[in-house]
Amino acid sequence: MVRFDSNEQLVQALSADLTPVDRLAPPSLRVLLWLAMVGAVALALMMVSDVEAMIQRLMAAPDMWLAEMGSVLTAVLAAAAAFQLGLPDRKAAWALLPLPAVLLWIGASGMGCLRSIANAYPMPTAGSEQCLIFILSLSLPLSLPLIVMLRRGFSLRPNLTAIIGGLACASAAATLLNFIHPYDAAATDLTVHAVAVAIVIVANTIYGGRLLMRKMHSPAGSNFQRF
Amino acid sequence: MTDISLLYESNVTIRSLYRFGGGACAPRRTLVSMAPGSMIVDVPSQKDETDGRRAAWMVAAQAGDRAAYETLLRDCIPFIQRVARGQGVPSDFVDDVVQETLLTIHQARQTYDPSRSFTAWLRTIAQRRAIDGLRRGGRTRKREIHKPLAYQNHADPGGDPEQAAFQIGHAEVLNSAIGKLPTRQREAVEHLALQGQSLTQAATATGRSTGSLRVNWHRALKTLRAQLGKD
Repeated sequence: MVRFDSNEQLVQALSADLTPVDRLAPPSLRVLLWLAMVGAVALALMMVSDVEAMIQRLMAAPDMWLAEMGSVLTAVLAAAAAFQLGLPDRKAAWALLPLPAVLLWIGASGMGCLRSIANAYPMPTAGSEQCLIFILSLSLPLSLPLIVMLRRGFSLRPNLTAIIGGLACASAAATLLNFIHPYDAAATDLTVHAVAVAIVIVANTIYGGRLLMRKMHSPAGSNFQRF
Repeated sequence: MTDISLLYESNVTIRSLYRFGGGACAPRRTLVSMAPGSMIVDVPSQKDETDGRRAAWMVAAQAGDRAAYETLLRDCIPFIQRVARGQGVPSDFVDDVVQETLLTIHQARQTYDPSRSFTAWLRTIAQRRAIDGLRRGGRTRKREIHKPLAYQNHADPGGDPEQAAFQIGHAEVLNSAIGKLPTRQREAVEHLALQGQSLTQAATATGRSTGSLRVNWHRALKTLRAQLGKD
């Protein structure tokens, strides 16, 4: 804990340390900026993937549409919640914003998996590790700008903000996986996706949480004691 | 600025006198008169005025106005103290919460949006810091106890009574040997060694030259070495 000899001494030290600041842009604008980065990655993937095959695949399996919509909504709502939580005066309840989309995503993916089991479709296991690598490797370039943008704010709940930010990145990466994913949601796939998403969220919580955590530093040149 | 007293004397229709930062801190509504044709008007409460004033100071602080910032921080202190007490923070820890909150305001000042209430922004930060303080206090109480008598009566495990007695005896012998030194040598030892003065300071204090002090200091050391070594 930082302790100054008196509140007056701290007030004077903080005033002396004051520099002009650029006011933070509204959270909605910052969400759009991050989503634009995700969109740019999506465009790049569209260049190298067979978009027509993807659309045909999604049209053939209605559950996949729902699952896709769920993951897109999760990415958007989780990003919105993370930017809200990145401000000190917002309530922790913002963390619940992506919950309905998460339920839709999990539910629709689970339905696709059950349908595959009921129809005794062959379940491809090869390629699952590629899914894992894809989600993990894409989550990193999506997480970095998100954390940098969140650090411009000031979160009083850094770990919760990092968890929700991790969810946004993982769901965005899982959405983008559809460009190259040739299968319906088989049980193996679903498990691998869940593991990948969990890894991304945990990694964001550990590293992102630390990056978002601000130490209470004393103003420059002031005399303080740390208890 | 409208004279509020005039509103009570007439059925003036005024929708809003003050509106600081939109709906987040809308003024309190007050029914001015029940006479036919009268309307509900928005009369600014003291809270709205305070909030508007603080918001203006904060906007100026964001632009780098130190005087406004200093005034704002001073103005915030009683409010933070009230919030901390309201959260159940013991009175001796209230200032800790105040200082943590002021530091947070300083680090988070770019996040304040003038279209929102400053007081609400401040209250949330102060409440959070009060909760953090209470949690920290709870953790400390779980690990530590306050027993000053037990602390004072605790035996020093590294202490050796014989060694302590020897040191006391040794100091007595040394003091006795210094006391037996000639006056000039004793002065040199007392000022240079015991009081830790520099040669110049000792020269001023004793009225002797630095050269004389240096000579007597070396002589004293030689005498003491011979005397203590012999004993």
